[in-house]
Amino acid sequence: MTIGHTLLGLLESGPRHGYDLKRAFDERFGHDRPLHYGQVYSTMSRLLKNGLVEVDGIEPGGGPERKRYAITDAGVTDVAGWLTTPEKPEPYLQSTLYTKVVLALLTGRDAAELLDVQRAEHLRLMRELTRRKKGGDLADQLICDHALFHLEADLRWLELTAARLGKLAAEVRA
Amino acid sequence: MSTTPPTDPFAADAEPAPILTATALRKVYAGTPALDGADFAIAAGETVAVMGPSGSGKSTLLHCLAGIVPADDGTVTYAGRDLAALSDAERSALRRREFGFVFQFGQLVPELTCVENVALPLRLTGLGRRDAERAARPWLERLEVDDIAHQRPGEVSGGQGQRVAVARALATTPRVVFADEPTGALDSLNGERVMELLTGAAQDSGAAVVLVTHEPRVAAYADREVVVRDGRTRSLEPVGR
Repeated sequence: MTIGHTLLGLLESGPRHGYDLKRAFDERFGHDRPLHYGQVYSTMSRLLKNGLVEVDGIEPGGGPERKRYAITDAGVTDVAGWLTTPEKPEPYLQSTLYTKVVLALLTGRDAAELLDVQRAEHLRLMRELTRRKKGGDLADQLICDHALFHLEADLRWLELTAARLGKLAAEVRA
Repeated sequence: MSTTPPTDPFAADAEPAPILTATALRKVYAGTPALDGADFAIAAGETVAVMGPSGSGKSTLLHCLAGIVPADDGTVTYAGRDLAALSDAERSALRRREFGFVFQFGQLVPELTCVENVALPLRLTGLGRRDAERAARPWLERLEVDDIAHQRPGEVSGGQGQRVAVARALATTPRVVFADEPTGALDSLNGERVMELLTGAAQDSGAAVVLVTHEPRVAAYADREVVVRDGRTRSLEPVGR
């Protein structure tokens, strides 16, 4: 996810202070990884420099300078371009899991055990996300679903690899 | 018969004693071993996902645990009783009164209405029609299908039918629910809701759930998993939560 584009998108509904932007970001997208203030201000400086936002006002306060940012026409165009460009699907061809399985086979270790332990770890996380989903709102559910489908894909790969372990062992040891 | 959840006899125990255990189960079909030394244990109130590839022995394990088919070797013990030592009539009574079943395709009786389907296991335990149907209603409400109580299975959606099947499985307040691919015929949203309702209702009533599934997202509703591979079981987590 591009933090710059997300902050720009949040500005489309109206000008906001850096603090408001951080809070809006964390509420909707932050979940496990809230933004640092430093990230917000460095991102806004870059957007300002690129003409995608402008300073709409400055309020004096006890804390750091409170700039209020507004999105520019160029910023709106930039967000639109980002939203309409499909993300590149990540094929995970250099999967760590695959590397571990092959190395286990090459070094005579128990690859089936490795897969079993990994599988249990994946399912443990899936259970945790399922619990979180049950207690969460729709946004939580969608975020958890996304993670769950990815974990499920990994888990299916683990199962398939376990079923093909004999053949894989013969190939990598040949 | 009460429609309220039973008291969990193990709730006060510090250690979750298994209510159902299987040891070294073997079952051979036409010379091919379906189970080859499978072990299993589940505590009251626990949901355990039984996973594994097709043909690994998952359903055979469920059938042996439920006393539907006898194992060729090994022991299944329910609440301290060896299932093999019971007569056929005693095992049938056990299945009617203490076990509940949910299968992939509901297996509702098409001629009966939904409420009659849910009342059926209660009637088989000797309850009269009116009382059985009165007792069935809260379960239809709990499974959010009270509005289709008087429709027949052929007139309701797959998701609704499966919720009725879950209500039927829970209506006798069983101690163990056996669910064999309960969401296998449902789309993601319906499957998810059925799992939420099944595990939630079972947990509230203190029932153990043996959940056979090949879907990781369904297994994620369980407290832990047991993997069946080539007729043998593997569990990386201890019994109970």
